[in-house]
Amino acid sequence: MTDADAHSRRAFLQSAAGGVCLLLSASAWAASAPVTPAEKLVEARYYEKLPHRKIRCLLCPRACVIDDRETGYCGVRENRNGTYYTLVYGKPCTLHIDPIEKKPLFHFLPSSATLSLGTAGCNVLCKFCQNWEISQSRPEQLPALDLPPDKLIALTRQKQCPVIAFTYNEPVVFTEYMYDIAQIAKAGNRHTVMISNGYIQEKPLRDLCRVLSAVKIDLKAFSERFYREMVSGELKPVLDSLLILSQEKIWFEIVYLVIPGQNDDSQELKALCRWIVRELGAQVPVHFTRFHPQYRLTNIPATPLRTLEHARQIGLDAGLHFVYSGNVPGHPGENTYCPHCQKVLIQRIGFAVAANRLGDGVCPHCRQLIPGVWK
Amino acid sequence: MTISRRKFIRNAAMAASAVSLAPWSANITRGAARSRVVFSHTAVPEGREEAVRCLHALDRGMEALLQRPVREAWASLFSSSDVVGLKVSCLAGRKFSTHVALVQAICTRLEDIGLKKGQIIIWDRLDSDLDNAGFVLNRNPQKILCMGNDAVGYSRELYEYGSACSRLSRLVTERCTAIINLPVLKDHGIVGISAGLKNFFGAIDNPNKYHVACGDPYVADVNMFAPLRDKVRLTICDAMLAQYEGGPPYMRQWNWPYQKLLLTQDMVALDRLSWNIIAKKRRQSGLPSLEETGRTPGYIHTAALHGLGNDDMKQIEVVET
Ligand code: SF4
Repeated sequence: MTDADAHSRRAFLQSAAGGVCLLLSASAWAASAPVTPAEKLVEARYYEKLPHRKIRCLLCPRACVIDDRETGYCGVRENRNGTYYTLVYGKPCTLHIDPIEKKPLFHFLPSSATLSLGTAGCNVLCKFCQNWEISQSRPEQLPALDLPPDKLIALTRQKQCPVIAFTYNEPVVFTEYMYDIAQIAKAGNRHTVMISNGYIQEKPLRDLCRVLSAVKIDLKAFSERFYREMVSGELKPVLDSLLILSQEKIWFEIVYLVIPGQNDDSQELKALCRWIVRELGAQVPVHFTRFHPQYRLTNIPATPLRTLEHARQIGLDAGLHFVYSGNVPGHPGENTYCPHCQKVLIQRIGFAVAANRLGDGVCPHCRQLIPGVWK
Repeated sequence: MTISRRKFIRNAAMAASAVSLAPWSANITRGAARSRVVFSHTAVPEGREEAVRCLHALDRGMEALLQRPVREAWASLFSSSDVVGLKVSCLAGRKFSTHVALVQAICTRLEDIGLKKGQIIIWDRLDSDLDNAGFVLNRNPQKILCMGNDAVGYSRELYEYGSACSRLSRLVTERCTAIINLPVLKDHGIVGISAGLKNFFGAIDNPNKYHVACGDPYVADVNMFAPLRDKVRLTICDAMLAQYEGGPPYMRQWNWPYQKLLLTQDMVALDRLSWNIIAKKRRQSGLPSLEETGRTPGYIHTAALHGLGNDDMKQIEVVET
């Protein structure tokens, strides 16, 4: 979860800059029993039944084996008498209207209003999570709305949002809900985007690619050590997911939260950028974003600007065409430049687009084709 | 080491001087001191008569553990101004949870030393778990309270120790001044065994994150959170029924009537012995050991290294009553 997309419950209860809060019922948080809709369970997809009422979840690389009455690592999928259920289908605990730049997706329908939603739960445990109050909670600990896919689509229409974003917590853990929304949205010519850590097995990811419009992947580092120690996950499956996205030809961008002293080593960044150019292509936008002390990493200072600028330069030197600096409002690294003539095409200030000179995805100065989804 | 009840009574007077019995001294067994675990025999409390036997087993166990008459034994651990949380284990439903009769017996003894009903809180993770296990939910302070963490929520503060970082039930942080741990003795499909230490996964908001690596060091680390370390004064493991395979859910084919209460102030010693009990039963049943199934409960030794108690069998005194 990037800082730009951060959405703590506290922040959410206050008015959020750049977004409109839709879920006001959450004020019950922590003071009394959560206001949760009556239980309507939907059977999970992607699992297999095992002897003695156990199941194995096949949604993410953890492949949790789960006893009766237990949940998986993500805390939102539960085995009940040998059948596996999602506990968060139709139950977002946070709902907002954000600009697409907040996700961030910079090459996807600039300035679009996105109806953004998330539920409880996550399949990793980042020590620097910006949204830990929802991502590390379980459904019974959070108030939630009763918003099945059809109602959510109706709300999207009512609020005139052309895009729906699955975000805030890790959408993979509510994949059934996400898939069903995306399928309906696609049939009605609405877009859906997934803001994800990419920690998902191949089959569910390929299925999602058929219905989603775009994906943003939070690549947390380019070392297994970091993933093991700071994320409680693995790097390899995330790289595999990026390769699948590339094969599926779905639009995707990469965000890399730069944490001082943890994942900002020049060699690691060079290796990462070279891998992206070689395996995914130079046209994939990469955002190096600023870390702010959060959750269990309050002892590490915010990323110095020069570190972000250095990371961006490494990306450009490696041959990447679109490298951004994130969480630094007003910095030139937020703008989109034509990789051919270097002119500014989209000028941004924070989450706002100040100027967009990109017509139909073509540079008005040199006619260079700019990859992305522009209309 | 196992000693008979008679031998125990003979030695009791001498031993009393060697063991700190300061009130609220849940930590008396930390460090180098020997730890006592009392095995008190009783049948599974199915009828009124059995429930009375359960109360008697509890009384014998408390006397043996604290080496003084029942009332004094309870009064040495709890005062009439305490709010005592009874952390039961209800995940496996009515057939294999902390027995209601045992909890009733404990409430009786707490009331005997002056606690009012509203100063006793029976609690576990969820209201629905308590309900399924046969407890009657109650928020009225005129009666014994009974509620899940979901009824009150979790602390705003994060508690952190080693690899663990969680919010604690507000029952632990805000309501209770003392806790009695009332686990069930069982095999656990991920962490090996579930007895004393593991039961406090029901006090945190994110136990799902700590079932990796056989729960080591997470189970030990969670028990180091200050409110738990400071408030847990007594553990009474309900081993009237126990299970040696297929846990934590109830599995009839692997469940057996062990017919004991295990009383201690040292959860680490209790867990060490629980491991032995389950290992023996598995051997007798021709099942592979926990080590062979990749479920060594290494967190028990980690807890000992944290200073939470003894896992050295030479330092554990077993008393049978
Ligand atoms: S989605 Fe959840 S339950 Fe399934 S494997 Fe991943 S962490 Fe485990």
